[in-house]
Amino acid sequence: MIAILDYGVGNLFSLRSSLACIGAEAVVTPDEKVLRQADKLLLPGVGAFGDAAEKLRQSGLDQVLREEVEKGKPLLGICLGMQLLFDRSLEFGVHQGLGLLRGEVRPIGEVIPKELKIPQIGWNNLHFTREHPLFRYVKEGDSVYFVHSYYAADCAESLVAETEYGAPLTAAVALDNVMGCQFHPEKSGKVGLGILQAFAEGVAK
Amino acid sequence: MISKRIIPCLDVRDGRVVKGINFQGLNDVSSPVELASYYSENGADELVFYDITASAEGRALFTDILREVASTIFIPLTVGGGINSLADFDRVLKSGADKVSVNSGAIRNPNLVEEAAKRYGSQCVVLSADVKRVDGKFTVFAKGGRENTGMDAIEWIRTSVERGAGEVVVNSIDTDGVKKGFDIEMLQAVCDVVNVPVIASGGAGEVEDFIQLFHSVPGVDAGLAASIFHFGEVKIPDLKRELAKNNICMRLSL
Repeated sequence: MIAILDYGVGNLFSLRSSLACIGAEAVVTPDEKVLRQADKLLLPGVGAFGDAAEKLRQSGLDQVLREEVEKGKPLLGICLGMQLLFDRSLEFGVHQGLGLLRGEVRPIGEVIPKELKIPQIGWNNLHFTREHPLFRYVKEGDSVYFVHSYYAADCAESLVAETEYGAPLTAAVALDNVMGCQFHPEKSGKVGLGILQAFAEGVAK
Repeated sequence: MISKRIIPCLDVRDGRVVKGINFQGLNDVSSPVELASYYSENGADELVFYDITASAEGRALFTDILREVASTIFIPLTVGGGINSLADFDRVLKSGADKVSVNSGAIRNPNLVEEAAKRYGSQCVVLSADVKRVDGKFTVFAKGGRENTGMDAIEWIRTSVERGAGEVVVNSIDTDGVKKGFDIEMLQAVCDVVNVPVIASGGAGEVEDFIQLFHSVPGVDAGLAASIFHFGEVKIPDLKRELAKNNICMRLSL
């Protein structure tokens, strides 16, 4: 069973229905007990990094996530949920993340040409830098749907895929049982469903 | 490279898609769920549902339909029509919309865009503007294009983006329904003042119109159309292949 962490951030309708669509058993929950019993954890999120990180800390769920990951439980972060996996973010000040992956979250405006729009909104291609079982149903160059103004930097250790938006930007990361997608697999058509399918089936190496 | 998006727009009244739709192979041509999955399977990059229902019962029906569509289709869904308050945003977002498009509701209450952007994030808030030339000036029209507000359209769009609109749909009343191409001049004027995605609407008649759109106004991110897609005059997979041949970046795999 997959537990989708409900910590009061974002709209979970699509995520829940996309998992239902691929036949994965999933619950949306803020409950520590359920999270600890689940086989896999999914950390969603939209909005500002600072608010989301604070909500995780206040609820104590940050510690639950760290402990469960330490035991080897697979964790997939999506969009802001991926960014929260890192050490820190520079979105409106400096905010500490979960520190499960090395790197920091920085504004895309620092690296992309001025004429490009921020946020990046739309379909862009995945370019893999490493193989990872989470993407076993995805082909090099497949398109996925992005909405973001920040990206994970200095994350060579976990980088799995980039996307080109005037500059290469981190699109997906994975290190052991901790994984993240900057894009929205639940909004990325069949390609996205394939990623959730792989996560639901298991990504043990 | 980020792709230019192709977006079919579906008008829904009392839970059914209106406007003659002419497809082979669909059992129920006015079922929003069947049409949404048809388009999703055939290369649409996003779908816009426009609720033209007048009654409360119809509105509830629309929300049910939206929930069903959002449970089966996993591409971005934008919902517009009758969005006048934060409660309306809430209703459609909870039913599976990813973005909410406001038009007359924002003209009546300009704070709506700002309040919605604060609560749900700019990425959820789409400003849709119906624009027509009046004495040579781009002017905003309300109530589905029936009421001249007298407001300068470029200024209205610019300030709405400042207030937090994360995308803009520009519907040219002058070119809408004429099928002689998008309103290049109007779209360029909008792209000159905003730095959020701009979606072109009104005037698409053939594949060539989309090529001209993306070549003439590089700032435009997406082309939206209704009848040419619904009547099968332009098939989205063919359209996208032609655009790609003309060096316009397209999502070709599904």
